[in-house]
Amino acid sequence: MRHGRYPFIASFLALPVLLYAVLVIYPTLRTFYLSMTVWRGFDVPPVWVGFENYTTLFKDDRFTQAIKHHLELLVVLPLVTIAIALFFAFLLNVGGGSSGGVRKGVWGSKFYRVVFFLPQVLAIVIVGVMFQTVYRSDNTGLINGILDVVGLAPTALLVNKNTALWAIMFVAVWQAVGFYVVLFSAAMASIPAEIYEAAELDGATRISLFFRVTLPLLWDTLQVAWVYLGIAAFDFFALVNVLAQENGYGGPDGATTMLGVELYYNFTKSKLGYASAIGVVLFFLTLTFAALTLRVTRRESVEYQ
Amino acid sequence: MKTRTRSDIRILSGLSHLALAFWAIIIIGPILWVFLSSFKSPEEIFSSPWTIPAELRWDNWVRAWNTARIGIYMRNSIIVVGISTIGTMLLGSMAAYVLARYRFVGNRFIYFLFVSGLAFPIFLALVPLFFVLNGRDFTPFTWLGHLIGNGDQGLLGTHTGLILTYIAWSLPFTIFFLSAFFKTLPTSVAEAALIDGAGHYKLFFRVMLPMAKPGLISVGIFNLIGQWAQYLLPLYLIPGGEDTEAKWLLTQGIASISTSAGFKSDWEALFAAITIAILPMIIIYALMQRQIQAGLTAGAIK
Repeated sequence: MRHGRYPFIASFLALPVLLYAVLVIYPTLRTFYLSMTVWRGFDVPPVWVGFENYTTLFKDDRFTQAIKHHLELLVVLPLVTIAIALFFAFLLNVGGGSSGGVRKGVWGSKFYRVVFFLPQVLAIVIVGVMFQTVYRSDNTGLINGILDVVGLAPTALLVNKNTALWAIMFVAVWQAVGFYVVLFSAAMASIPAEIYEAAELDGATRISLFFRVTLPLLWDTLQVAWVYLGIAAFDFFALVNVLAQENGYGGPDGATTMLGVELYYNFTKSKLGYASAIGVVLFFLTLTFAALTLRVTRRESVEYQ
Repeated sequence: MKTRTRSDIRILSGLSHLALAFWAIIIIGPILWVFLSSFKSPEEIFSSPWTIPAELRWDNWVRAWNTARIGIYMRNSIIVVGISTIGTMLLGSMAAYVLARYRFVGNRFIYFLFVSGLAFPIFLALVPLFFVLNGRDFTPFTWLGHLIGNGDQGLLGTHTGLILTYIAWSLPFTIFFLSAFFKTLPTSVAEAALIDGAGHYKLFFRVMLPMAKPGLISVGIFNLIGQWAQYLLPLYLIPGGEDTEAKWLLTQGIASISTSAGFKSDWEALFAAITIAILPMIIIYALMQRQIQAGLTAGAIK
């Protein structure tokens, strides 16, 4: 039985480990090195400059703008998405009152759940291009079509500096909500029915059921959702790339730029050391956020128990 | 008192339905509108967004498919994502199985190496990845490039390069998920098979893999949809240019025709292109929405 054990193990691991080492580990580590160099690619080797790229970065207005947008996204994206998803998940699972001792969702919950989740299967870029047509600034856009019916002047959400980022964030929320509705629904389904029954016997209304029973028992799932959405806030790229003014370069005037967008721009300009430094900053921001969230929320979760 | 609560409930559930219906319209509205617009004439599009197409103008679809090359992009995406999903599942389940069920020196190290990949954003690797694929930083890819007729460009701008990259970046989650799954499978079946004289390979392909089917389906769907939606990697690794555009994937192609000057004037074809791009996904979702929901949320629910 022991016969041929090690050759077997080696034959099963060789290819995955090789691919992973060459295409994930090596490039990931090399970015740290490249971020300390000036390099325009190919023939000339990278020139070591220490932290120069980072000092330039922190003086770069586009970089500051991008960081600011990530922080805004970090608050708005999870807050709005979770609030909407939580509300709908509650309606779909327990909002219909109880019959025969079983909690159920409102009528048609199945249909709503299927529809809400639908955007998840669509590629985010294609969703972005779809909303390009929805947001179109002339009277052919869907939004302006609605405004026209209501009798309001047409608007150019993506062209206006004050609304562009919000318009892009809306698309992200549009896509994300369904995922969290399903996630929260699964968590709510695992809450024992007796808890609801007991609360109802005590005369709890549906609103107090939500805040006193459902929400505290969902804390762990909420934490997962917050981390996911926070990471999504840092990974933001595709929507800006297709929706932003100035050919996707975070326009108008940097009002929608993100770190991923700046990275791509510097990459196309062959400023490879600088682009790498942006990648490294993005990594540390994501890591810090995830670690902080897990730490901070864990403490609060204990208070509930 | 009792009647009051009952009417309260009625108002509340009325409001609930209003909210749910409102969001359903927000989701379906834009998709339906794009779908309808794909049949419109230029006059219908420019007069108002609310016109209904007078007839089904399939020629918009034909222009999108041929002139805007959606047909080619779609084919490319199907080939790349098809092969890379299968490759991911094969390599991922092999590695996950060995790491979950065999004890050997370095097992934990390799496992944590893979799982640590869950923490790396793809942005962190993009710049060097370009130079790994074109062979500058990894000579075997230069040889492979010559072998598949890509000249001195290594695997840059090739589907082969993209497939290998997709597989490599899908391994962390696949291995993380599947090794947990393989650990739960009973050892008695494996022992019985070994006593019957089955070798390690036979045991894996004939016994363990079939038993892991539910897990494989979940991760398979997760990878398929994730890789289908991938945009960053093709954007960096199949850069534009006359000669490479025929190799673009669907996501790239759609993003590009929406901004390219030529198609600014052919909005009907743009609407048709978006419709063609999203319709297959909607149909697949309609057919197997339960499995898809389970697959996509598998990582988070665990």
